[in-house]
Amino acid sequence: MKPIIQAEDLSKQYQIGAREEGYSTLRENIVGAVKAPLKRLRRGERSADELIWALKEVSFKVEPGEVVGIIGRNGAGKSTLLKILSRITKPTTGGVDLYGRVGSLLEVGTGFHPELTGRENIYLNGAILGMKRAEIERNFDDIVAFAEVEKFLDTPVKRFSSGMYVRLAFAVAAHLEPEVLIVDEVLAVGDANFQKKCLGKMGEVAKEGRTVLFVSHNMIAVKSLCGRAMLLEGGRLTHEGSVDEVVDVYLTAGTDMAKTGIIPDDAPRLGTREAKFRAVQLTDVAGRIVSQLYLGQPFRVELTFDVLKEISGAVFEVDIATLDGAPVTFTSSLDGGNPPVRLPKGRHTITLEIDVVLMPRQYTFLVALGHLDGTTIDWIERVLDFTVLRVAQSGDDSYRWTSVRGYVRPRARWHAPGLFPTALVTNAETIPEDVTVGGNGSGVY
Amino acid sequence: MLEPAITTLSSLAEPHHLSPSLPDEPLVRIRPGKSWAVVDFRELWAYRELFYFLVWRDLKVRYKQTVLGVAWAIIQPLFTMLIFTLFFGRLAGVPSDDVPYPVFVYAGLLLWTFFANAVTTSGNSLVGNANLLSKVYFPRLFIPSAAVGAGLVDLAIAFVILVGLMIYYSVVVTWGILMLPVLVLLTTLLAVGVGTWLSALNVKYRDIRFALPFLIQIWMFVSPIIYPPSFVPEKWRWLLALNPLTGIIDSFRVSLFSHREFNWGMLAISTVITLALLAYSAYAFWRMEENFADIV
Repeated sequence: MKPIIQAEDLSKQYQIGAREEGYSTLRENIVGAVKAPLKRLRRGERSADELIWALKEVSFKVEPGEVVGIIGRNGAGKSTLLKILSRITKPTTGGVDLYGRVGSLLEVGTGFHPELTGRENIYLNGAILGMKRAEIERNFDDIVAFAEVEKFLDTPVKRFSSGMYVRLAFAVAAHLEPEVLIVDEVLAVGDANFQKKCLGKMGEVAKEGRTVLFVSHNMIAVKSLCGRAMLLEGGRLTHEGSVDEVVDVYLTAGTDMAKTGIIPDDAPRLGTREAKFRAVQLTDVAGRIVSQLYLGQPFRVELTFDVLKEISGAVFEVDIATLDGAPVTFTSSLDGGNPPVRLPKGRHTITLEIDVVLMPRQYTFLVALGHLDGTTIDWIERVLDFTVLRVAQSGDDSYRWTSVRGYVRPRARWHAPGLFPTALVTNAETIPEDVTVGGNGSGVY
Repeated sequence: MLEPAITTLSSLAEPHHLSPSLPDEPLVRIRPGKSWAVVDFRELWAYRELFYFLVWRDLKVRYKQTVLGVAWAIIQPLFTMLIFTLFFGRLAGVPSDDVPYPVFVYAGLLLWTFFANAVTTSGNSLVGNANLLSKVYFPRLFIPSAAVGAGLVDLAIAFVILVGLMIYYSVVVTWGILMLPVLVLLTTLLAVGVGTWLSALNVKYRDIRFALPFLIQIWMFVSPIIYPPSFVPEKWRWLLALNPLTGIIDSFRVSLFSHREFNWGMLAISTVITLALLAYSAYAFWRMEENFADIV
């Protein structure tokens, strides 16, 4: 079948310098022009480092009526690809041929004006998204009904609750009628009910035979909507195929870093880099390195880092997230009333003990170091993956159900006189079971 | 190279008649580099409804949450006129070509206020709509020109006062009045030219934001608004004529008051400079626009 989208060898290069500085001032440019030859001499080879490929040699075809998911980590090039397809930015090399009218929704409520009323914004936003006036008028009642804002049509949207605002914005976009719909992560907003409704609407759009490109970090949504998926890694299209296969590759294939916890210098980091994380290790309470935990087993996290410049007040943070990026919980070094710490230059290792009972799943750590004022010094996501097993150290506590719901397992005790074997403990001398487990900590792994 | 085939675009607008067969030629080709056409008029035409909505938005928003609302369109030139009449007309005794000074200066201010506001809002428009630029595609040229379009409505409102003043001073209108729309069009083109160019520069160099008010202030004094061109010594008058507003404002007054003949030579210079500026600014805009989304 003939493709409706045909992308050939798409690449996009950005200048990091230009991106960080954003705009320049005339004076800088004049001074820059004078200094440029000198600068080039001094920098030598390094100037090439300032160019990064956000997208590199990406080719693909999409057939009419397909619903394709585009997945990948932050910075993998998903947004750049969508921006090129939406004609917001031009590729550096390669090209795309589009054989249908494209409507793109890169953000909910683009062009909404807070001072205008709901009614006015429907028209304005519709026109901005590429709808004809007649099209907007024809769909007006549907949009209002979908957004459930009938009563507030003549209220400026700045007085809307954020929920209403998002509903209205999505409703307008949902009634776009292009042959190709490009959607970026719009389901990340709104409450669960509304998300469901949006997913339903997107499903309908797909059923009408329209082509949809859908970017999301929500793998459940991707799986339920899309038939095919493409995985972007570091700007390259690395996997393409049925949605189940590709999502599986995305979720399981961690980087070497995620497997070993050894952090290369060029790992994707954010922050001022006055200090750099070098390794993150998961150990049991006896200090042995592990990659899997028994259900309910307490564990330690060891952070190794180099301080390149003395830091006066530092705060550490360790987050636990699922592999598809949903945050589960986090702890900060300020927890428990600790003050920010002074970090002298050199290599340090710190250990923290975490006691949280996680449901049996795969998880990953995110580590961050910052100043007390919130400036990030170093920040790395998916730094080390680990698995929580269904088996507990004492067999009775193992997880016995087929489906795993949620992330945290409560320590619950069920009591009823005569029905459950244990009686309600009111005596403070009784030692709870879990302390014994954590205390001996010398189970066989 | 972007080539939206507009004919196909509108014929495919109905979703319920999605034809299973795709067009043989792509509707859009996305390629590196700039489009071959500096201004793609077919595309502008295809998106004309959006232009209308952008003007409409600027108008709607402008006087929201103001107490006096649309009256501001009148207050600005009216009060400036009163103050100028007092200081320049009465105290300084600036001549006004035998036309009563208040109506003389108001006519100049009417056009000037439109021009100054249009250039200022237009110059800041791209930066002010950064969000739109980075999230959705449409002809970028619409943003600075829609800002000028909204100013035309203010001009029309302020014009009512001019009519009142002319009746009060019993100014007799002649056929020359027919030149009025042409002159307003020229001013609009000039504002689009200057505003568009500045708006594109502003994306890259935020200096423009600071330079703009200063530029506008100076421009006002080198334009014959508070004085007639004859106020300037003969040997410097050619320099004044290089300012495209000179011929336009002077002809604007002649067309209203018919106090003398049109100075066609001066108007011709203004027209040529205006069109040249417009062409240059379209070219400069075209050169810069592909990077807007990346740097704004």
